[in-house]
Amino acid sequence: MKGYDLLDLAVRNLRQSKLRNGLTTVGISVGVASLVAMLSLGVGLQQLATKRLAGSGMFDTVFVTSKQDFRDFNRDEDRKDQNPENAPVLDEPARLKMTHLPYVTEVEPEIRVMGEIVYNGQTHFGFVTGLPMSARENEAFDSLQGKFFSRSDAEEVILLKDFAKELEPANPSSLIGKEVTLRYGERQPLAADSDTVGRPTMSEGQNSGSDTQAPDSYGFSVVRKMQPLKVIGIVDEEPYGGMRTVSRGRIFLPVDLSEKLNMAQFTDMRSSLRGGGKNYQTLTVRVKDPAKVEQVQDAIKQMGFRTFSILDATKSLRRFFTVLDLFLGIFGSLALAVATLAIINTLVMAVLERRREIGVMKAIGASDGDVKKLFFAEAGAMGFFGGLLGIGLGFAIGKAINLGTGIYLRNHKLPAEAVWILPPWLIGGAIVFSILVSLIAGLYPASRAAKLDPVQTLKYE
Amino acid sequence: MNSTHAVRTESVCRHYTMGNSMIRAVDGISLRIARGEFVALLGQSGSGKSTLLNLLAGLDRPTSGSVIVQGRDLAQMSSEDLARYRRNDVGMVFQSFHLIPAMTITENVELPMRFAEVDRAERAQRVRESLERVGLGKRMEHRPSELSGGEQQRVSLARALANRPSILLADEPTGNLDSRTGEDILNLIRDVSLSLGMTVVMVTHERALAERFAQRLIFLADGKLVSEAAPPATPGLGRAGTGEEARA
Repeated sequence: MKGYDLLDLAVRNLRQSKLRNGLTTVGISVGVASLVAMLSLGVGLQQLATKRLAGSGMFDTVFVTSKQDFRDFNRDEDRKDQNPENAPVLDEPARLKMTHLPYVTEVEPEIRVMGEIVYNGQTHFGFVTGLPMSARENEAFDSLQGKFFSRSDAEEVILLKDFAKELEPANPSSLIGKEVTLRYGERQPLAADSDTVGRPTMSEGQNSGSDTQAPDSYGFSVVRKMQPLKVIGIVDEEPYGGMRTVSRGRIFLPVDLSEKLNMAQFTDMRSSLRGGGKNYQTLTVRVKDPAKVEQVQDAIKQMGFRTFSILDATKSLRRFFTVLDLFLGIFGSLALAVATLAIINTLVMAVLERRREIGVMKAIGASDGDVKKLFFAEAGAMGFFGGLLGIGLGFAIGKAINLGTGIYLRNHKLPAEAVWILPPWLIGGAIVFSILVSLIAGLYPASRAAKLDPVQTLKYE
Repeated sequence: MNSTHAVRTESVCRHYTMGNSMIRAVDGISLRIARGEFVALLGQSGSGKSTLLNLLAGLDRPTSGSVIVQGRDLAQMSSEDLARYRRNDVGMVFQSFHLIPAMTITENVELPMRFAEVDRAERAQRVRESLERVGLGKRMEHRPSELSGGEQQRVSLARALANRPSILLADEPTGNLDSRTGEDILNLIRDVSLSLGMTVVMVTHERALAERFAQRLIFLADGKLVSEAAPPATPGLGRAGTGEEARA
């Protein structure tokens, strides 16, 4: 029998006992709906968690340090290196090279220096941090009062709320728009010919007359400088929440401005001992897609640097969600298992009722296979319609979950979140799964129908 | 291969065990039916005539012996081949019509063609042709329950003819009909068999009807062939077709 005829006969047969087959189909749909609702909840929760973490800026970020620095962190990878002194330094060429790695969108130095804000004649100490313009996307700025930096070299400052309270305890918000003064240590290179004291020791050897090194390599002086800044925003918490090195920044400048100011950093001391140009303590590498973080990390490791990202943490997070999905799936499947029994029952009843019809069909030329396929088609059709209905029902349940969660969150003064998301693959998957389950349920009734002896079924009526 | 006989059986047996006793429903029957012949199987209830018909139809398998149709032994065929044989080579008509009540007349007649995978376009034409042949060209969209017994048997005959078989097997085709309608049906069967050159094997216990329509009578008792006879002079032949349009 051809596929079209099979389906046509199957649907016709299903319509014969509308109530019974309808109820069975509804049973399947409830099973599919519970499965869809559960799995979508899993997907939704996973996406919510991922979105939150991605918003924190940790997922697409690789922190790069030189192996020469902070050796006491004692990471496994460091131990393998025989001589960290030979490890490459984080200088401008290295930064440029990282910028050109695939999937890298931005490489910014981490600038974190001690500074003081002078306001109303009083001095307040704090760490100054340079922020790239891309930090605007960080969720810390979701609750920003005021504005973000207008340009990457604008003479503007954003303050941490706690710090702003220190400046203006009564009304921190009133700081926005006001001018403050940043007092910091500027790193000034020593002019090569003016430095007559240090010189002889360096040029002990044969090269006494001709100096090939940059003036910077002999050292620098730190000079106290003042920079007026306009307060344009106040932020509740530090972006990249404490992922960055040791101390919390409280004063945020646009990154280009902070570079331009040439503020003296901890690592400068070390660079001056070593010689060579200006080095970075930490570079923050932003990756286009969190999935590519590992690849970028590997490439940077190849360059000889130490890297850190939160990727390891996400791995265990993914494992957690896989297990969660599994459990939600199992709970959802329970209803479908019950529906499977309903299909078996309905079809066994149909075989009993249609004994004579099956006998007639065999007498006029239906093979055992035709009869079997017909019952399979009926089971499959119930599965298909049940699946469709179930998707609709599951969708309604999901909307209700989202609505309920939204109301709950709003009552707790939190923004509403979609905890339930129905991805397209789940729609297709649920229908296919529903048909498959129905076909499996149809195995027994179909083979029973196929085995009926036409002589017996036609004899008694 | 014997091409002169449409159907041949060789010592065919069909035995059942029921509890401790053995029932020899068909017990060593050998017979030959020529192409285009109209044969009646006669006998009391339980004489084995329906069992023999089921064996000829490929619905049942012999316990021993063989049933040879167009040179092929049905006893040796796979169930798939038997289904194909029932689909293409034989048509069956039953005492209680065995139409599928949920289907219209058209759909009932179309059903064997679905199994035979006949093209949809061709099916419609063949359904019409079959129904017109039995005089029901105008009631195609009715359901069996809306038809009289005689009409239902005509539909059943049209269905049996749908795949243009060479053999028609009829199991008490007049058993549920009054005598007038029964005669009409038999007239119809005979006309169809004559015009299409079909072999007809009819089971009946109405000897008078058998004598009027069949070319040969085969008598069974206790599963054995008792006697064969040509019908006496058949005045009924002259009246063929007179009652065809009437309906009970």
